Amino acid sequence: MSLEKAIPVKINGVPHELLARANETLLDCLRQHGQFEVKNGCEKGDCGACAVQIEGEAVDSCLTLTWTVEGRSITTLEGLNDTNKPHPLIAAFMEQGAVQCGYCTPGIIVAAEEMLRETLNPTDDDIALALSGNLCRCTGYTKIFAAIRQAATVLREGGGND
Amino acid sequence: MTDQTPHRQTEANVVLRQIGKPLERSDAEGKATGRTRYAGDYTMPSMLHGRVLRSELASARLKHLDASAARNLPGVLCVLTADELPDRLAATDIPGQTGQKRASTDRQILVREFIRHHGEPLALIAAETPAIAEKAHDLIEYEIEPLPGVYDIDSALGPDAPIVTEPDNIVGQHKIRKGNVDKGFAEADHIIENTFKTQFIEHAFLEPEVGLAWVDENGVINIRMSTQVIEHFRFIADALGVPHNKVRILGAMVGGGFGGKEDITVELYLALLAQATRRPVRLAYTREDSFLGHGKRHPFVISHKTGVTKQGKITALEVNIRADSGAYVFLSPYVLLYSAVAAPGPYRIDNVKIDSAAIATNNMYTSAFRGFGAAQACVAYEAQMDEIAKAIGIDRFELRRRNFMRTGDKTATGQTVESAIWSDECMTRALEALGEETKAEEPVKIGRGVATYQQSYGRITWLHDTAEAWVGIEIDGTVIVRSGVTDIGGGQVSALSQIAAESLGVGLEDVIIYHSDSAVTPLAGTTTATRALYMTGNAVHKASSILRGRMIDFAANELDVQPDEVDLANGQAFVVDDPSNFISLTDLAARGASEGLQRSELAMFRAPFTDPIDKETGQGPVFPDFTYGCHAVEVSVDTETGEVTVLKSVGAHDIGQAINPQAVEGQIEGGALMGQGYALSEELIYQEGKLVSPSFSEYLIPTSMDMPEIKTIILESRSGLGPFGAKGIGEPSFTPVAPAIANAVADAIGTRVFELPITPEKVVKVLSQSQTNGDLEQKLNKTPLLED
Ligand code: FES
Ligand code: FES
Repeated sequence: MSLEKAIPVKINGVPHELLARANETLLDCLRQHGQFEVKNGCEKGDCGACAVQIEGEAVDSCLTLTWTVEGRSITTLEGLNDTNKPHPLIAAFMEQGAVQCGYCTPGIIVAAEEMLRETLNPTDDDIALALSGNLCRCTGYTKIFAAIRQAATVLREGGGND
Repeated sequence: MTDQTPHRQTEANVVLRQIGKPLERSDAEGKATGRTRYAGDYTMPSMLHGRVLRSELASARLKHLDASAARNLPGVLCVLTADELPDRLAATDIPGQTGQKRASTDRQILVREFIRHHGEPLALIAAETPAIAEKAHDLIEYEIEPLPGVYDIDSALGPDAPIVTEPDNIVGQHKIRKGNVDKGFAEADHIIENTFKTQFIEHAFLEPEVGLAWVDENGVINIRMSTQVIEHFRFIADALGVPHNKVRILGAMVGGGFGGKEDITVELYLALLAQATRRPVRLAYTREDSFLGHGKRHPFVISHKTGVTKQGKITALEVNIRADSGAYVFLSPYVLLYSAVAAPGPYRIDNVKIDSAAIATNNMYTSAFRGFGAAQACVAYEAQMDEIAKAIGIDRFELRRRNFMRTGDKTATGQTVESAIWSDECMTRALEALGEETKAEEPVKIGRGVATYQQSYGRITWLHDTAEAWVGIEIDGTVIVRSGVTDIGGGQVSALSQIAAESLGVGLEDVIIYHSDSAVTPLAGTTTATRALYMTGNAVHKASSILRGRMIDFAANELDVQPDEVDLANGQAFVVDDPSNFISLTDLAARGASEGLQRSELAMFRAPFTDPIDKETGQGPVFPDFTYGCHAVEVSVDTETGEVTVLKSVGAHDIGQAINPQAVEGQIEGGALMGQGYALSEELIYQEGKLVSPSFSEYLIPTSMDMPEIKTIILESRSGLGPFGAKGIGEPSFTPVAPAIANAVADAIGTRVFELPITPEKVVKVLSQSQTNGDLEQKLNKTPLLED
C-alpha cells in the first residue's frame, strides 16, 4: 500500500485537497469527500454512473486515478446545479419523467451537459452517441432523449443560468 | 362493501383532480439534482467494510479452509466461516408476512462441505478499510476438490445424475387439467407442435447490492440497504437466532430491482458481521459480486402441442414446461406456477393439459425477475400463435381475435376473470400505431410482430397478502403518509402520495411520505409481483378515504351544511354548490386538533384470500386479477449479417386507471427496451456452471444506440382491483416485448429462431437451413414419384 498524497483540485468551483493513494480512483475519493451524487455502478468503465467532468469533459471517474487530476477542475451533477434556478437539463429531466430509479441520472446529465456545450441542436444520433457510455436499465432512454431535447430548446432560447 | 373494494366506498362524489394527470413525480427533484441518498450513500463513524469470499467452481467439495492469516492481518476485525455458524440456515422461500409455514428450502449460509454453484459464499470478512478487507480476502487459504456436476436440465434428470437437490433434482411441479384434451385434439383439423427455449439473463439494475448495519443500544440489528423487501427482517432474525423484533431493515430509494433485490442479498452477511463485531459494517457488492450473488431469470424449455380447427379455433392445448432452477430452490416453485398458469396465454381454450417441472442443476440459482415465469410462457405461446397461423394459412391477428378470452371467461385454472379483457382493442391500437411500413432494400428485410398476454398483478391468493398504511393530517394541514413500501424506481412512493393528495384535496407537494422502515412504517409487504400500487395503493386510499370522511363531517359542522354537500380540494373544504362557503384545511386541521379530532388513520388492505389450487388438476383461483395488452414491433433484418434492428416498438395496455400516466409510459418504455435485450442480446453464459460473462462489457444490455422509436398507448377500463380501478403495469410492460420481436423477425425472414436470444449467428443459421430445405423441397417437388 502506497502513501497517501494530498491532491489539490477544484470540485464544483471550490478548491479542495483529496487524500489519495497512487491506486485510488477519483470515484472513491469524490465519494469519500461526500460527493454522493457520483455513483458507483461497475468500477470498470462500463456503465457511466460515475461520470464527472474534468475541465468540462465527461469521463468515468472510476477509471481516473486521483493523482492524475492534480490541479484540475472537477464538475459533478451538483456543480451543474449550483444556482438558485435548476439547470435546464435537471428541470427537463424532472418534467419529462426521465428519472425512474435515478441511479444513472447524475452520470447521464453530466454527459448530456457536455454535449449541449458542443451543440444546442443535437440530432437523436448526437444524443445517442453522447449517452452511449451511460447505461440506464429503467427508462428505455425515451424520456431521457425528450428531456435533453427540451433542455436544448430552453438553452437555445437563452433560458439557461448564464 | 368488503375490504377488497375500498375504492368504491368513497368514489361517489369524488371528481378526480390529480389521479390520471402526468404530474412530476415526488421523487424526481431529489434524484435529478443528485440529492437523494441511496443505501450506499450512508456511512457511520467507526464503520467497518465487509467482503465476501466466493467459490470459483460450481460443483466441488471444500476440503479445508484456513482463515488464520487473514484473521491475523492488522485491521481485520472478523472472518466468519461455516465453522462459526454451526447450525444456522437461511430461508430462500417467498418473503412471507403472513406467518404461513414456509417450505423446507433453507440453505447453508456459508459453504460447509459442498459447493453447489459458482460464487457460493465461503467466508465473510469485516475490516477497517475496503483495501484491508480485500487483502484479507486474498489471504484466506482453502482447498477445493472438483466434483461432477449437472449443468443442464436433461442431464439433471438422467439415471446417474449427481443430486443437487434431494431426492431427484426436481424442486417443483405443477399440473393443470381442464376439459378433455383427447376430445379436443379429436375435434381439431390441425395439430401443431413446437418447442421454444429461453436463456439465463441478469437484472442488471444499475445500483449493485449495498447496505450498512449496526447494532443499537437495545441490541437491535439495524440494516439500511437496497432491497425490494424490507420484511426479510424476519428471516434474518430466524437465521441469527434472535427474536423478530431485534432486526430492523430500513430501505432507501432503490437503484433498480426488477426482481433481483427480492431475495435476501447483503442483509444476512451484514447482520452476521455487525453481530460478530458490534461495530457498524458496510457491505457494497462489486458489479462482479452482483452478477455472481443474486438469482437469475430461469431458462425455460416449453413445448406446445395445439389442436386447431380450419377456422382457427383452438380446441386443445398440451404444454410441457421445464425450467432450470439452479443450485438452490429460492422462488422456483412459484415462478414455475406462474408459467403454468400463464401457458395458454390470453386465450379461451376449453381443453388444457399442462405439466411443468423446475429442475435443480449446478448453475446459478434462478428466482424472481420481472415477468416471473409468465414472461417465458409468453415467449412460447405467442410464437406458437404465429406458427399456427402460418401452418393453417390464416391471418395471425385474426387467429388471435378468434381465440381471445372475454370478460367472464375462465382461465386454465377455472378462475373467472371479472375485469375488462381488452386484448383485441390493445392489439388493434398497437398495430395502427406502427404506421406505414418502413421501406428497405435487399438484403435487408422488414418484419412486424405482435404479442398479447395475460399477466397477473398481486400475489398468489393463498399467500394471504396484506398491506398497511398510515395517513395523517398535521395541524397546518399538510399530509404525512407512512408505509413500509419500497420504491424501486417505478414511482411507487409518488403514486401513494398522489392517492393521498387526491383523497384529501391537497397538492402533491403537500404530502410527505415516510417509507421502507420495518420498525416505524406500517408494514406494506413487498415491492414485487406488480403489487405495490394495487396493495399499498389501496391501503393508502382506504386510510385517506376514512380520514377524508372524518374531515368532511367536521367541516360540515363548521360550515353548517350536510356532509354530502362538502368536497375537499385545493387545500379547502367547501360547499359544492357554494364554493364561497369554505374553510381551509389548515384552519380545519387546527380546529380539529383543539377539539381532539383524530387526524390520522391506519388501514390494512387485504387481497382476496383463497385456498391453494387442487394439486392434481390445478383448478382454482390463483391470482387476484390480470392485466391484458399488446406489444407490437417492426424490425429490420439484414439477411446477410443476421443483424436485427428494432425500428418501432409500441406498447398498448389496459392498465385500468393510470395514477400517473407519465410514470406508466416510463414503465412501458423501460419494459420495451429490457424486453429487447432479452430478445436479441442478453445471455449469461455458464460453462460447467461457471459464469463467463460477469461484467457489462460482456453482458450486453441495450444502450442509447439501440433505442427504437417507442410509443405507448394507455387504455383505461377502470375495471381493476387497485385504487380508482387501476390494474398493474410493472411486469406486463415487459412480458410481451421479446415474443413480439421474435415474431417480427420470423415475419421478416419467413423462418423462425426458436431459441432466445435471436443473435445474428442464429439468424444466419436458420436462413441457411431454410434455404437448404427450400432447395430440397424444390428438388423433391420435381421428382415425379412424389406427385399424386
Ligand atoms: S462506475 Fe464508472 S463506468 Fe460504471
Ligand atoms: S433510471 Fe434507473 S437506471 Fe436509469
